[in-house]
Parts: sequence; C-alpha cells; structure tokens
Amino acid sequence: MSIKVNQLTKIFGEQKALDAISFEAKEGEILGFLGPNGAGKSTTMKIATTYLPPTTGQVEVCGLDVEEHPYQVRASIGYLPEHNPLYLEMYVREYLSFIGEVHGLGGKKLKSRIEEVIKLCSLQKEHNKKIEALSKGYRQRVGLAQALIHDPKVLILDEPTTGLDPNQIIEIRNLIKSISKDKTVIFSTHIMQEVQAMCDRVVVINNGRVVANDRIENLKPTDQSKVIIKVEFSEAVKVTDLEAIEGVVAVEQKTEAAFVLTCVADRDIRPAIFKFATEKGVSLVGLTQEEVTMENIFQDLTKSEK
Amino acid sequence: MLQVLSKEINSFLNSLIAYIVISVFLTGIGLLMWVFPETSVLDYGYANMETVFALGPYVFMFLIPAITMRLFAEEKRAGTLELLLTKPLTDWQIILGKYLSGVVLVIFALLPTLIYYYSIYQLGSPVGNIDTAGVMGSYVGLVLLGCVFTAIGVFASMISTNQIVSFIIAVFLSFILYSGLESVAAIDVWGRFSLFFEQMGLAFHYRAMSKGLLDTRNIVHFFSWIAVMLMFTKLLLVSRRW
Repeated sequence: MSIKVNQLTKIFGEQKALDAISFEAKEGEILGFLGPNGAGKSTTMKIATTYLPPTTGQVEVCGLDVEEHPYQVRASIGYLPEHNPLYLEMYVREYLSFIGEVHGLGGKKLKSRIEEVIKLCSLQKEHNKKIEALSKGYRQRVGLAQALIHDPKVLILDEPTTGLDPNQIIEIRNLIKSISKDKTVIFSTHIMQEVQAMCDRVVVINNGRVVANDRIENLKPTDQSKVIIKVEFSEAVKVTDLEAIEGVVAVEQKTEAAFVLTCVADRDIRPAIFKFATEKGVSLVGLTQEEVTMENIFQDLTKSEK
Repeated sequence: MLQVLSKEINSFLNSLIAYIVISVFLTGIGLLMWVFPETSVLDYGYANMETVFALGPYVFMFLIPAITMRLFAEEKRAGTLELLLTKPLTDWQIILGKYLSGVVLVIFALLPTLIYYYSIYQLGSPVGNIDTAGVMGSYVGLVLLGCVFTAIGVFASMISTNQIVSFIIAVFLSFILYSGLESVAAIDVWGRFSLFFEQMGLAFHYRAMSKGLLDTRNIVHFFSWIAVMLMFTKLLLVSRRW
C-alpha cells in the first residue's frame, strides 16, 4: 500500500473537518478524490503531506507514518498544493533547480532530472522564461514539474486542473496519466468527468466522511427505481392525459408542449408515449431518456448526507 | 539550509532589494559622515568614526526591516510556505536559511564603510591617530546589532501576511529593544530595577563594545536576543499545527 489512511479525524476548533475517514491507494493506481468544495479533500492532503497533524487516526505513506517520519515521507511524495503556489519572480529552470536541491539532488543528476521533467511536462518552449510571464496552463505544468523533480513514488495533486481551459485540462490529464505508470497518484477534484476520464478508483467524501470508495464502473445512484424521460410534442397536450399513461409517476410541464416525466424503471414506457401521441393526433418531436451521468451520482452521493 | 539561503540571496539580488538597501545605507551614512556639517567628521576635528556608529543603528532600524519584511510574509501570502514546509527541510533549516540571508546582506552593506576607517586613518594628524580598538569593537557591535535587528525582522515577518505590518512591527520592536528600554529605565519610578531595564536594552551593550573591549557578557546578550527572536519565529511556524 502506498498510501493508507486509517480512521483519520481532523478537528479545527469546533468544526469537524474529517470524521474517521479510511481509504487506501496502491502503487500504479490513480485515485480520484472527489467531493464538493469544503468536504475535506485539501485537509486530507495536507495531513498526508505532513503540513497539518491529524487529530486522531493515522496516515501512512509508503509504509511510514506521517507523524513519526515526516522527513522521509516528504522526500517520497511530490505535492502540488491547491492554487499551485510558485515563486513568480524565479525563472522556470531556477525554480526547478531550487526544488531539486531541496530534495538533495545536485550536479549532473539534478541537471538531467531538470531536462527530463521539462520534456515530460512539455515546457521546452517556456523553460527560459520567468514564471510570472507564463500562462496559467504553463504555470500548472511548472507546478507538476516541481512535484516530479525527485521522481517521487507518490504524487498528491490538489485540484490540478482548476481554472484551466478545456484544452489545457485534457493536456494536464494526459500528462498525469502518462506519469502515473509506476507511481501512486491521488488527485482531488470536484469535477466528475475528470474522475471518469482518468481514475481507476474513486473515493467520494462529503462533510468529512467517505460516502463512496469503489471502482468507477461500480458507482451507481442509490435510487434506481425511477427514470427521467424528456418528451416534446408538436402541439399542446394536457398534463392529466399524460399522467394517465401507465408507468408515469409524475409530470413536470416545461412549456405548453414539453414535459419531463418521472417513470418507473422496471419497464420501458417510450412505446406507450409514442402510442399516446398517435391517439391524440399530435406528432412526437422529442423523446429522450436521461442517462445516469456521473453528475447525477455525484449529486446523489453528496446530497443524501446532508 | 544552504538551498534556502542561496535562494533568498538570489531573490535579493534579482529583485534589486539588495542594491537599493546597500546604496541607500551607504549614501545616507556617507552624507552624514563626510558632507552634512552637523555630523561631518571633517568639521568635527577628531579622527574617529563616531558618526557611523552613533547613527548606524538608527539607519539599520529602518533598513533591516525593509530587507526582512518579505522573508516569511510573502511566502505566507503566496502560499509557497506550504510548498517549503512539505519539502524535506526542517523548520530550523528554513528559518536559519532566511535569517542568514538577511545577515549576509547586512554585512555586505557594512563592508564598504571600512574605507572610512582607512580614510580617517590617513587623515589623522599624525597619520594613524585613531582608536583602532574602539573602531573594531564598534564594528563587531554594529554587526551584532544588525544580527539582532534581522532576527527581530524575521520574527515580525512571520507574524503577518502583510509586509507593511511586518515592517512596522519590526521597526517598533527594534526601537524598543535598542533605545526604548533605556528610556524606560530613565523614568524615575523603578528604583533599583532601573539598571535592569537599561541592561536589557541593546544600546547599553553596544556602547560597552564601542570602547574596544569585547566582553563575553555583551556578546552573550546580543546572541540571547537573536536566539529568543528566532525561537519565537519557530514557535509561530509550528503553531499552524495546533
């Protein structure tokens, strides 16, 4: 186990930020750490990187307790904090070399590592610039390069894609994917698709508690007895007529001719709607069954706790 | 520690702070020493460097906080302190690295004034008529005073995320420790404790050193203040974990 969080609780004054959370991440795994803002993602990461102490519970990184061996733990992780703090007045190379030196690299080894991470993070074009002159996407790459400079076993990335444009998000995702082969990566986000696109496993936390810890494909909404169907006719129809269709539980009127139907899930009622339209003499211009998206699951998991 | 030290020194040099501080210090002290009639050694008639050593502490009182105010305040504001504290560096390595960078800058600001000593040595009548022991004692005193002010500045920088707040706190604390305590001692209510306040202050020990006698009591006093200030800094750094 590269990272093992066991019954971790953190209390800030009166506020319980983390309530006995436990999860594990194995080597070679990308673990998505998901939750709404303020759920406790960053707190967990700060504890795992030894920045904050746990109130109770343990975190082990590569078999070492973060409280007992903070310096070994720090040496074995690469950490990209939230908001990606950087020394803006430094040059990219200067910055990477400083972080490398802090990690005890020097001489040829440091030089070759700088070249490697610059290549890995596609910073070749920008490596002679000051960090303050870089765009947000490139700054994020510098942040990642900094986390990778000592070739850590464990990567902890706190919202690495926040504030980037869609192209940059995809580039950063691919980058994280490509470096994750022999490492353990934990990254936090509140974007569901991100988890879907990258992770092997996902831990969802809400209000300081783990509400889901599973492989992506196993995540299902808790309420599976209903499906949502959007339907639109060419002319106005009555709500009461729609409600009469067998299997329709509730009808929500959007416009005169457009409705959102909540239906039972055990059979497909779309043929019945089509029949209904022909009987009424109107044309069916739209009929879609809403897919269960990751957003729904996310909302479902994080709402039910409140 | 050396990585942090060299990073800070590079940052002083890149941000022009070093050049500005050193040139302002030398211009100010140079004008006072050689040009302004009230304090100029040429009008004074005695071959000594009293001007530098009497006014130097007050110039330091403003310039050193200007050097040190960003050391921690800026890192806290930018969030880079979290970055440093999650690297394999101990708290002391970070504090001492930053502290020593300030000390190095202070020493480099002071070094060119050795030329004044040489000039006065040559201008004396007869040549060499200067109290060399006194001057050297004062230099040691001024360097130590600079070291204490730097420690105060580092501590003040740790208090706030706002550099201006850090600057003001550092100036105030430096003033209190240097001459404030002595002025407090002069209030006629302390009785025999008056001497205690006077000896707590830095000015008392600084003057003792300028006589050319390097007494360990004085040196220990300076180092005690440095240690106290840096320990407070460490305490504040650790307080994030409480």
